[in-house]
Amino acid sequence: MSATTPSKLQKMLMAGHLAVTSEVGPPRSADGAVIEHKAKIIKDYVDAINVTDNQTSVCRLCSLAACIRIKLMGLEPVLQMVTRDRNRIALQSDILGASSFGINNILCLTGDHQHFGDHPTCANVFDLDSAQLIQTVRMMRDEGKLLGGFEFEVRPQMFIGAAANPFAGPNVAIRVARLGKKVAAGVQFVQTQCIYNLDTFKTFMQMVVDRGLDQQVAILAGITPLKNVGMAKYMQKRVPGIDVPDEIVKRIGGVPKEKQAEEGLKLAVEQIQELKEVPGVRGFHIMAIEWEEKVPEITQAAGLYPRPKLD
Amino acid sequence: MIKAKPKPLEEILENVKDFRKLLIAGCDGCVTVCEAGGLKEAKVLASSLRLYFTQAGQSAQVDETTLTRQCEKEYLAQLSDNIDQYDAVVSLACGCGVQYLAEMYNQKIVFPGVDTCFMGVNEERGLYSERCQACGRCILAETGGICPIARCSKRMLNGPCGGSEGGKCEVNKDIPCGWELIYERLKTLGQLDRFEKPIDPKDWTTSRDGGPRKIVREDLRI
Repeated sequence: MSATTPSKLQKMLMAGHLAVTSEVGPPRSADGAVIEHKAKIIKDYVDAINVTDNQTSVCRLCSLAACIRIKLMGLEPVLQMVTRDRNRIALQSDILGASSFGINNILCLTGDHQHFGDHPTCANVFDLDSAQLIQTVRMMRDEGKLLGGFEFEVRPQMFIGAAANPFAGPNVAIRVARLGKKVAAGVQFVQTQCIYNLDTFKTFMQMVVDRGLDQQVAILAGITPLKNVGMAKYMQKRVPGIDVPDEIVKRIGGVPKEKQAEEGLKLAVEQIQELKEVPGVRGFHIMAIEWEEKVPEITQAAGLYPRPKLD
Repeated sequence: MIKAKPKPLEEILENVKDFRKLLIAGCDGCVTVCEAGGLKEAKVLASSLRLYFTQAGQSAQVDETTLTRQCEKEYLAQLSDNIDQYDAVVSLACGCGVQYLAEMYNQKIVFPGVDTCFMGVNEERGLYSERCQACGRCILAETGGICPIARCSKRMLNGPCGGSEGGKCEVNKDIPCGWELIYERLKTLGQLDRFEKPIDPKDWTTSRDGGPRKIVREDLRI
């Protein structure tokens, strides 16, 4: 994991604890109170809170401002940053701004194509991609240098993260290779795509461990509880890069409608229990989409609460 | 037409120096017109490479040829009889031709010999300039026949910007301000009312932003 930063998430991982992160999606309005409300629900159950950056290309209150709010609440934000909407000037500028508020975690992403979002006719930027953004943050932090070559004194102390998707298959090897590339670029932690197909995930992890990548990057397994069979089917059919096996759709659909949420939560907890035993898994990233209030229940039932205290 | 310029010889050498049987494949299309990748340039490159190998004391076979167009399978097929005897091919076609050649001869190593630059015009011999970025939805009717996307450095749709001075672009005084040109042309045409009518945010889905593009003309397909 190379460079040590003030990040609490990094400290938790370095202390050998299973880390827990979750996420808050900002509103499609200027209502900052929504951020605080969602953060309050999960704050005692997680080590750090991701804030999504216009996820699925839907325009929302910005990740940076939301992260600042969370930081001002005394919590630990993870700034998600996509390269779709901003060029290298804006990205580096936002990293400096985030660091000036003591934001110490960043998740470097390329971002969904705008085709999927609420402004499908817009231009995109993609001046950098996720691997290049990782390199950029590392250079800013470790060398005190911008991509343009300018050198500066006060460096952003970022614990550098990225995403990994073992399921954008069918070729798992290419996904491992890409993780290897991100490690070479300087990534220190990854949060994976939501896991439903545990077999594929285990194959991925075995290949990761065989290459020793797990020693260089902390892998947090992505968990998204299913609210109902409709969501399971939607994830299966409509969301690119998510693999929901038929038996999961059957399981959620096999209980009465009013019990499906409960079954989805039960499944999420079982998945966490099973994933705890998978070599290389260093924690969990719980993405309870518009269902933040269930994060406490999941972490408690999965034995991830109370969170360990750091000195 | 597509405009390209020859790659520096050193860059091509870096790619091919370890091969001993090379084919330099020119294209009779756009790159011939801008004198970057036609038969003449293929011959010049081939002799430069032969000279390099001779001076390096290495024996190598460097042949040249030219295809009618490298962006069509029928013409690429002209290589099918003898491509196997070469270790690698340097294609002097535009990026489309290089890729189509590589796609058709999947096992063959193919290197580009030119840098494909833009779609533009021949102002005079050796002077080519950009006119179109293929955004897929032409607005020239609104802008006096001058494209602000290709000719404004900020691709503004409602220019000129505050950096334009004396009809020149802030990026480089050799670049005419696209919006100054549009203004003057609209004035000449008696259409200045168009200039003051704001152009709405553009739909970029038909441009590069929308992903790789394709035209399917059912009326033409057999």
